[in-house]
Amino acid sequence: MTLIRTTLAAGAAVLALSAAASAQTLIYCSEGSPEGFDPALYTAGTTFDASSRQVYNKLVEFERGTTDIVPGLAESWEVSDDGTTYTFKLREGVKFHSSDQFTPSRDFNADDVIFSFDRQGNEENPYNSYSGGTWEYYNAMSMPDLVESIEKVDDYTVRFNLTRPEAPFIANMAMDFASILSKEYADQLQEAGTPELLNQQPIGTGPFSFVGYQKDAVIRYSANPDYWKGAAPIENLVFAITPDASVRYQKLQAGECHVMPYPNPADLEAMESDENVNLMQQEGLNVGYLAFNTQVEPFDQVEVRQALNMAIDKQAIIDVVFQGAGTAAKNPIPPTIWSYNDEVEDYPYDPEQAQQMLEEAGVTDLSMEIWAMPVQRPYNPNARRMAELLQEDFAQVGVDVEIVSYEWGEYLERSKDIEREGAVLLGWTGDNGDPDNFLAVLLGCDAVGNANRAQWCNEEFDGLIQEAKTVSEQEERARLYEEAQVVFKEQAPWATIAHSIVFEPIRPEVTDYKIDPFGGHIFYGVGLEQ
Amino acid sequence: MLRFVLSRLLTFVPTFFGVTLVSFAFIRLLPGDPIQLLAGERGVSEARYNELAEQFGFDAPIWKQYIDYLIGIFQGDLGTSFVTKRPVLDEFMALFPATLELSICAITLAILIGIPAGVIAAVNRGKFFDQALMTTALVGYSMPIFWWALLLIIVFSSGLGWTPVSGRMSLMYFIDGPTGFMTIDALLSGEEGAFKSAVSHLILPTIVLATIPLAIIARQTRSAMLEVLGEDYVRTARAKGLAPLRVNGMHALRNALIPVVTVIGLSVGTLLAGAILTETIFSWPGIGKWMVDSIFRRDYQAVQGGLLIIAVIVMIVNLTVDILYGLINPKIRNR
Repeated sequence: MTLIRTTLAAGAAVLALSAAASAQTLIYCSEGSPEGFDPALYTAGTTFDASSRQVYNKLVEFERGTTDIVPGLAESWEVSDDGTTYTFKLREGVKFHSSDQFTPSRDFNADDVIFSFDRQGNEENPYNSYSGGTWEYYNAMSMPDLVESIEKVDDYTVRFNLTRPEAPFIANMAMDFASILSKEYADQLQEAGTPELLNQQPIGTGPFSFVGYQKDAVIRYSANPDYWKGAAPIENLVFAITPDASVRYQKLQAGECHVMPYPNPADLEAMESDENVNLMQQEGLNVGYLAFNTQVEPFDQVEVRQALNMAIDKQAIIDVVFQGAGTAAKNPIPPTIWSYNDEVEDYPYDPEQAQQMLEEAGVTDLSMEIWAMPVQRPYNPNARRMAELLQEDFAQVGVDVEIVSYEWGEYLERSKDIEREGAVLLGWTGDNGDPDNFLAVLLGCDAVGNANRAQWCNEEFDGLIQEAKTVSEQEERARLYEEAQVVFKEQAPWATIAHSIVFEPIRPEVTDYKIDPFGGHIFYGVGLEQ
Repeated sequence: MLRFVLSRLLTFVPTFFGVTLVSFAFIRLLPGDPIQLLAGERGVSEARYNELAEQFGFDAPIWKQYIDYLIGIFQGDLGTSFVTKRPVLDEFMALFPATLELSICAITLAILIGIPAGVIAAVNRGKFFDQALMTTALVGYSMPIFWWALLLIIVFSSGLGWTPVSGRMSLMYFIDGPTGFMTIDALLSGEEGAFKSAVSHLILPTIVLATIPLAIIARQTRSAMLEVLGEDYVRTARAKGLAPLRVNGMHALRNALIPVVTVIGLSVGTLLAGAILTETIFSWPGIGKWMVDSIFRRDYQAVQGGLLIIAVIVMIVNLTVDILYGLINPKIRNR
């Protein structure tokens, strides 16, 4: 009995303390551990949440809750008429964080911008090889080919010279790998012989400064009082790393955290009726699709692809595979991205007409493979189940489907093959909110034999998206992309399946939290009500 | 005795090399290329692939990679994690104290309850106590850990609010002490309430992790006791008129402990490596979760390094058990 009483007392004491502390501390039950704190070294959202999204700024940023580009550390920028030079005017009076090890002697300036990119692209830079750096995103966004040089015009002006006009470049500058680090801090660490601390004890200009990290357990931040946009409403931010989704929910209920990501789909119903939980939701920046191989018979015939599009009961897939946490997709880009063409009409679910069209195209007794991914992804939580539903749908129109799967790495590799048999289930999550990041990456002629799993090269479509890259005016670009989506739908290289819906359970006392369309978790601007 | 210990130590050498080979081969035999997995849907160009393969040393012939790995081990270098880019040994040592602390608590709880429960059951063979204890043990042994842990959390943390849901320490405290054992560091920090918080965080994970070893130890103790209780010397002791407690406690239990010690030794191995579920559910920052994550990412260096250290620890524990065994049972020592 004594034991129980002691436990009770201890429990009560802890609860009382955390209630007192919650006045200004926001606790986020994050799903995993960051790989490090230098965002350019990594590609995982969990790592960006812990680094770039709280500690750093970029030259330009996404307005919270949208994919719109707004000024960040650059107050303004100019693009040359030929679209190959971008000149950024930098914000003055921005201060880097201080820590026990580092006190900045100067404000943020052009040297920091040049350092932040130079270390990723220039092999001579001492930081190029630190922490086994491979600069994945810098490479994935083709920055080495794209950026010819970066010049310091003066202390507060930086010019990027590109090798070709590339309108999505400005969106790249808002990505996590483009976070601006302190050159002064890096130089100090280099001198002390501890460059790896740049990746362990980050110093940025962002709304929160890093306080400490206990591996796999807790990350602590405190609000930056000198933040150039004004100090955050909360004083402290804590990430309590909690890998299990059900446990995160328990912690949210018990008041041990205020915000949690990635709820268990099975818990959604309970959350909706739970008064301790405010369940927010928004469409994710992704698309799940079935890519036919348009270079292989009979999928080289547009009628066959259209017919199979009509054979798919998308609503059943949304209900069964997504358990309601998804919406049917009609375009290859999600509705949260600008230039999404809502006028496009999806193929209706009409098995009879589909069968008729197949017969007219001379396709009878068709047997095909559908590839099911072996992993869970937001855009496809259960590819095996989805493939089974497609198998039933296609059987209705007389098409015999065999479901195949490979180990994930193997799957990605084999599905690139131009001569591959069958249709592949796959998807994409946007990197920078630019339509180009979906349309050119996944459907451009350059990507055939690579990320273009439909192996689809259409002159009209490719002409539109190539032109859109060279125009820097967004309205004009939007018009081109809208047109490209019409061509896409008509040609039907994919059956677009779904966009997922992202759920974020938060406590009712959390104010002004916004779901980030990029899937990030951003706590600047979020408050706690008493 | 010395000869016995030495001969045991000699078997260490081939086992050690076997472990290095198995740990090296295991992760490479799994299908899946780490570079492809790292790139994901984004993909990686061939030129870039070759560049990365060279950087990580994957382009070298497999035997050379193994030799380099062995050379590294003898220089105390287990390589660098492919994912976090930090030395594997540092990563391991940052997490290991958490696993060790939890394992020690769990095995202590299992021993403290399991052995007396087994003895009581054996002494009361066939009676109510025996049946109740052994049924409970069977349930404990067969219970899905995931379910059991969530049940405890829902009842004691969310429902009654007696214990925290997960983690090692209240977020009020920022304790990053010298030992890595949260309870000890909390005491050393002198912060009021920190020690209580550390203990309250330990309660549920300890119970969950102790459940299976407790059931095994209780059942093992019971059957070993039953065997010993039928021996002549126990009957003799009883006939001499010794008190039942003395007979059961001193004469019978001491001999019954021999197989129990083996079981405990084996449990330590499972506890250290097998606390994955418990660690995941309770957000306990230990090596079980780390190993699983590393396997999924095909983080070769982390997996082979982690496996090697765990295997060596298990080998040392087994060696200690063997020696203990010799101490308890002279028959084995002299064989």
